[in-house]
Amino acid sequence: MSEESKPIGGEFLTTPFKVLAGFTLFAGLLVLIRYVMGIGAVSNLSDGYPWGIWITYDVVAGTAIACGGYSMAILVYVLNKGEYHPLIRPALLASVFGYTLAAISIFIDIGRYWQGYNMFWPKYSNVNSVMLEVAVCIALYVMVLWIEFAPVLFEGMQKYKGNLPAFLTKWDVSGLQKIWSKFLFFFIALGILLPTMHQSSLGSLMLIAGKKLSPLWQTGFLPLLFLISAITMGYAIVIFESLFSSVGLKRPAETPILAKLSGIMPWLIGTYLVIRVLDLIVRGALGKAFAFNVQSLMFWIENALFVYPLVILMSAQNRTKARPLFLSALSILLAGLIYRFNAFLIGFDPGNGWTYFPSFSEILITFGIIAFEVMAYLYIVKKFPVLPKTEHA
Amino acid sequence: MVAANAHPALAREPKERIKDAVGMLYDSTVCIGCKACVSACKQFNETPSSFSSTDELWDNPLDNDSKTYNIIKLYKDGTGAAKDQEKDGHAYIKRQCMHCVDPACVSACPVSALAKDPANGIVSYDKKACIGCRYCQIACPFNVPKFEFEKAFPQIRKCQLCSHRMEKGDFAACAQYCPTGATIYGKVEDLLAEAKKRLAYKPGELRKYPVERVNGGQVTERIVTPYVMHIYGEKEGGGTQVLYLSGVAFEKLGLPALEETSDAQRSETIQHTIYKGMIAPIVFLGGLVYAVHKNTKDHK
Amino acid sequence: MKNKDIASVSKHLGVSRREFLKYCSIVAAGMGLPLGTGEQIAEAVTKAARRPPVIWLSAQECTGCSESLLRATHPTFEHLILDLISLDYHETLSTPSGHQAEAARAASIKENKGKFILVVDGAIPVKDKGIYCMIAGRTALDILQETAKDAFAIIAMGSCSSWGGVPSADPNPTGATPVQKILTDAGIKTPVVTIPGCPPNPYNFLSTVLYFVTFKKLPELDDLARPKFAYGRLIHENCERRPHFDAGRFATEFGDENHRKGYCLYKLGCKGPETHANCPSILFGDTGSGTWPVGTGHPCFGCTEKGIGFHKPLFSKASLHMVTPPDTYPHVVEHQGKSALAGIAVAAAAAGAAYAAVNNVAKKLGDDDGKGKK
Repeated sequence: MSEESKPIGGEFLTTPFKVLAGFTLFAGLLVLIRYVMGIGAVSNLSDGYPWGIWITYDVVAGTAIACGGYSMAILVYVLNKGEYHPLIRPALLASVFGYTLAAISIFIDIGRYWQGYNMFWPKYSNVNSVMLEVAVCIALYVMVLWIEFAPVLFEGMQKYKGNLPAFLTKWDVSGLQKIWSKFLFFFIALGILLPTMHQSSLGSLMLIAGKKLSPLWQTGFLPLLFLISAITMGYAIVIFESLFSSVGLKRPAETPILAKLSGIMPWLIGTYLVIRVLDLIVRGALGKAFAFNVQSLMFWIENALFVYPLVILMSAQNRTKARPLFLSALSILLAGLIYRFNAFLIGFDPGNGWTYFPSFSEILITFGIIAFEVMAYLYIVKKFPVLPKTEHA
Repeated sequence: MVAANAHPALAREPKERIKDAVGMLYDSTVCIGCKACVSACKQFNETPSSFSSTDELWDNPLDNDSKTYNIIKLYKDGTGAAKDQEKDGHAYIKRQCMHCVDPACVSACPVSALAKDPANGIVSYDKKACIGCRYCQIACPFNVPKFEFEKAFPQIRKCQLCSHRMEKGDFAACAQYCPTGATIYGKVEDLLAEAKKRLAYKPGELRKYPVERVNGGQVTERIVTPYVMHIYGEKEGGGTQVLYLSGVAFEKLGLPALEETSDAQRSETIQHTIYKGMIAPIVFLGGLVYAVHKNTKDHK
Repeated sequence: MKNKDIASVSKHLGVSRREFLKYCSIVAAGMGLPLGTGEQIAEAVTKAARRPPVIWLSAQECTGCSESLLRATHPTFEHLILDLISLDYHETLSTPSGHQAEAARAASIKENKGKFILVVDGAIPVKDKGIYCMIAGRTALDILQETAKDAFAIIAMGSCSSWGGVPSADPNPTGATPVQKILTDAGIKTPVVTIPGCPPNPYNFLSTVLYFVTFKKLPELDDLARPKFAYGRLIHENCERRPHFDAGRFATEFGDENHRKGYCLYKLGCKGPETHANCPSILFGDTGSGTWPVGTGHPCFGCTEKGIGFHKPLFSKASLHMVTPPDTYPHVVEHQGKSALAGIAVAAAAAGAAYAAVNNVAKKLGDDDGKGKK
């Protein structure tokens, strides 16, 4: 498989990289303030809205967007579609950093971070808690992702020494490579099980919010809906990322393989929407969608963004064109993102007059996290064999 | 793989009231809004003042917060002239931890920092366990657990029914210091009986109302005013150990209309259905390992 | 001239002119009247061609009301009756007695028909045709009805004449009835001012009389005919122990630590929260600060309030009528959450930037089928 990918090379200290570094540093400063003066000093989090964009975006939506590795693994290793293999590495890379930074941002968000290890201490663990399952799964999955991604790093350290700083290339990792190749299949399997568990459980998290979550989102189907939408978003991010980087990094677009991949998505979106709508009708909650308030507006935006790609991608001809493909992928990502924001923030109302909108610092910390992800992505694709080789370059 | 509709056999059973559970009965029609309970609560829990105005002159929280485990809030409509009247009237409501029979916070907490005492049913907090994830705040239908957002080393804060005072024979300070008997402390079964008795009284009758404790012997006489014929907390959210009586609709007082099934039960039923004994995940993993092993070989 | 008149009255009263004006100003302030009214009062008192005639009837009473008046120091009662008003009939204070006294009453009624002020202390028994209170062989009921219809106005002095007082307490064996009810039942329309209290504060009475002398009309009254300047607020509102109430600090027993500390007496049955009177503001008996029931450590028993004093058990708790001040309570729904302005701005900027980036990429992609041919 090593023949499929190679580093794209080039200078990594570009202007966009420096701007991103600026955002990351500023966010780092704000995080420092958070640790010295408390969460309230930098965020608008309150007793009414104890979870804000850090949880909703960085963790819940962030890991769903980072489902590329998971979705592609299902396709390639479970459904045995070897032809998609070239897309695995970039997807995995986005997943590695998406999940790693989600895990880091949890430690910005939780108040008593110095006791965070209590999660993994049997004396304290509460098996009834959805949160426990999510936390343990995400922690394990971050490790699994790095194990899955390690061969790329090993390969880079062996074959593209010239690219890397000396301290990275002085070890011989060929021994490790051998061990890895023996056991990797187990971690790939684990890397499919764990997201299946926690992406559904991220939805289950809100079950216990009961009536505080609007009936437009509060349903026993939350775990299933979260899982299907996460897998769909996984494919969407692979398409989006590929097309975006083809323009951004000035590479030819991989449209034919993406067109094929996008054929899966109408099925997934269709299944999702059927469950979503039937559930609303059966529970008699659809009336809330006509309440003409912020919640109902967001409900319609969310679902319109699911319907749009469904309509576009049903046409095989559209799937072969880069722009509709790009816009559909973007639409799915936004739909999943807004679905998660709706289920965690906009549909959530603790009652008795509470309101929430993230503060300047809160948003900038999230920006810093996104900026760091993009920086890491740019660095790795330039130095390590991640992106597929192209004939046209 | 993910079954959202629980099979009844797997459903988590609803929790029963603990026999010797203790709690409080708050009767809004008896409350005069003197806030003796608020100040006693602050005194005995050693919580500082909480300011909602910029002058920071006196304790004036708008809601329960990390410094205010107990608060008296006001319902007011129109002129607010008549007490316990929905239109053009006013009524008080005391808010504190409800000490649910099946607490959502206890179900939600990943590290068992919130726990329900098996003997008296008090829901207490252990800061040694807490990681500060605030899932309890999301879970609680009454928004009771409060977090110290302004501190570098924060804790969750909430009413623990003055369990720290019980050794000396004292009890919930808010009940002990209530001058009118609007808040009384006691065993939940006795409180329920007292509440039912009050609902049977006719407005205008002169009746004896217990003060401080439901069976403590102290009583005060009072002319009964009309009640809403419902005991809030008897069934709501699976039942609570703090019960409410009122002259105006409970929803007007900011108490959510909860179903009899607790959110904890619903959440755990779905979660346990998926992860019963971890059998499904392990079987699923076995299948995955087989498939991946086979397919990676193919690709090579 | 005005000043000369005042000077002569002052001389007559035995106080300095300055002292006299000061007194009038204090009275005016006590009723909440504007600055300068003090002089108007002084002028009215001194200029009056004839002092306003007053007839004072007593029924089922303990003379506490008169005793209370006797202890007023500014002015003293003798100044009141000798210089400010012409007290034509008072059963306790009249120099004449028997037929002479009754004749004086009859003469005054005849002479001042429609002009005199009638003061009544004591409740009027109506049971068994009113035989439980007889004066000069006639029932109090009879005398009141006869006198009242020719009076300009009636001042019901004390709780008994205002709303029944002690004699009307359960089981009310004599059918003790307040003045207003007697008049209403007899169809007499003469206006009634009530000065309840057991005994009433003499200054509430004096101020009412002086107001009448000055303005020739009665002060503003509440729906129980009490002058608003004196009975407009609850004792609870101006009580010196109110901060203890607000802080939840209560005496629980007479003589306990909290009682000795001067805490709120609500738990001991204080009726301050449901009783309208100015006791905490003007105190009682002119002997300095703290001299009023609550000040001395005894709960208010609600003497000025119909249905409270002598009716509600002494140590049973009061119900609160008013939410005062209302702003000290958080409402059930309170807007909470921090300002979002900066957040909205940065979110909008980010959305704009993201849109621009996406739009740019979408444009560049075109409808390319990926083979780079178009």
